[in-house]
Amino acid sequence: MNEINVSMLAPLLPEVIMASAGILVLLVELVARRKETAGLLSIAAVAVAAYYVPHSFGKSFGGMFVSDGYSAFFKFIFFINLILTVLLSMRYLVIEKSNHGEYYSLVVFSTLGMMLMASAGDLIVLYLGLELMALSSYVLAGFIRHDARSSEAAVKYFLLGAFSSALLLYGITLVYGLTGTTDVSLIGAAVVEKGLSTPLFLSVVFLMAAFGFKTALAPFHMWAPDVYEGAPTSVTAFMSVGPKAAAFAAFGRVFLTGFGSLSTDWTGILVVLSILTMAVGNILAIQQDNIKRMLAYSSVAHAGYAVLGIIVGGAEGLAAMMNYLFIYGFMNLGAFAVVIMLRSEGVRGEALEDYKGLAKTHPFAAAVMLVFMFSLTGIPPTAGFIGKFYLFKAVVGAGYAWLAVVTVIFSAISAYFYLRVVMYMYMLEPEGEAVTLSLSPSLGLALLITTLVVILIGVYPSPLLSFARLAAG
Amino acid sequence: MVPLYWYLWLGGVVFAIGVFGFLARRNIIIMFLSIELMLNGVNISLVALSHYMQDLRGQILVFFIIAVAAAEAAIGLAIIIAMFRNRDTLHADEMAEMKG
Repeated sequence: MNEINVSMLAPLLPEVIMASAGILVLLVELVARRKETAGLLSIAAVAVAAYYVPHSFGKSFGGMFVSDGYSAFFKFIFFINLILTVLLSMRYLVIEKSNHGEYYSLVVFSTLGMMLMASAGDLIVLYLGLELMALSSYVLAGFIRHDARSSEAAVKYFLLGAFSSALLLYGITLVYGLTGTTDVSLIGAAVVEKGLSTPLFLSVVFLMAAFGFKTALAPFHMWAPDVYEGAPTSVTAFMSVGPKAAAFAAFGRVFLTGFGSLSTDWTGILVVLSILTMAVGNILAIQQDNIKRMLAYSSVAHAGYAVLGIIVGGAEGLAAMMNYLFIYGFMNLGAFAVVIMLRSEGVRGEALEDYKGLAKTHPFAAAVMLVFMFSLTGIPPTAGFIGKFYLFKAVVGAGYAWLAVVTVIFSAISAYFYLRVVMYMYMLEPEGEAVTLSLSPSLGLALLITTLVVILIGVYPSPLLSFARLAAG
Repeated sequence: MVPLYWYLWLGGVVFAIGVFGFLARRNIIIMFLSIELMLNGVNISLVALSHYMQDLRGQILVFFIIAVAAAEAAIGLAIIIAMFRNRDTLHADEMAEMKG
């Protein structure tokens, strides 16, 4: 047996920092007069943890915890997600009359869970990380306690989330029974040795369903629109990027390392799920008149694109997926930042109608929203184009040219509902009272960062691409 | 000595009852109880496999599942109470403020 000593904790240093930060934020919140202090503290903690991520490569606890390039790339997505979410939330929570410091602590713990998922070399660690992430986000979804929609969203998220983790556990049990281990790389070796059997296929299906729930792949997406619409907007922004990316990280590791040798048996199912997801997400988004709900269906559709990376497999596919999720994080958080900006005292600002004539009343906000909508559609020179382009390149390179064609058709459909927002802003006259923007310095900073990055990656993508390839390599 | 597959059947059946309860019942508390049943089906199978293979990992996972299930119950019931205060209902079909 391995001796347990302090040096084993070295690869876990970023996680240790985040765990301490979560507790510290909770304590500071008790004494701080301004709750924003807790938010700033969590950003500072992320900066420290991010500094240690590249210095912490290695395995720990007998391979249960793996810190490598793959996990490091995802951790950066989670850190960016946390920083931007905190910036979005500061003023928004005051408007929603729910300005409690626990919020920031929950965001930190949820991020810690995601980090564990990305680094999980063992299904036990994967399960614990997933639950830490999920339990914190259930509470976040219901954070506005006096709002019926928020608590309804929390209940739906909780029930379906708990159901999906029970499916995950049954899948883990079957794998454990068949291979005698829960270590992902040992499972990979045992699967190569034993080949496919009916119970093993059943466990692959269980695990796929569980990850499908977490990444909101159709037909396991039905919780997403309700939860995304009801949850506080800042939490929706957080949930649509972080937990999704974390689930993709674990999905990729378990399926490509653990079940890699069976890929011919499961890619078929995944192709069907991917096409179904793109269809459901893009087509149902068309009929939404609530922008949060529309963005929820759009995030379902984007999960359908990202899963193409796992279908392609190998370093090339993973790099394309990671690259896509990174870009998706920025553009989606940016779009939600605009939605949050339209929310002010007494005005919900979630209806598509509220965007009518925004270019006349608030040209700056409209221009920023235009960038994000173009990027989500995938129009050059925005980052969204780069993400889709490299994904299609990987898909075609793996010999799935027809699948790339299907994806292009669905992204053409998506142009309808993204550009409708642009049409409302630029081509219609403002109706009734003009909406007031609740722009705060922190929200402005978040908008500035997201807009700049979306345009910068669109114009000069090579550093991100080489980083993703290096990390997947 | 009771053979291994009896336990695996028991675990599988308990899990299946949980899945059925979750899908068929509409009271939120009962749905939550069904999830707990699914988790216990998993626990039975894991302990049986762990004992059969003389490997401790399965039992360690069971301890983690029990601990997480307790946390899940605490958070889940708190969320359900929060919703009950806002809506005065525990029926899943009446949670329909958002649709489409």
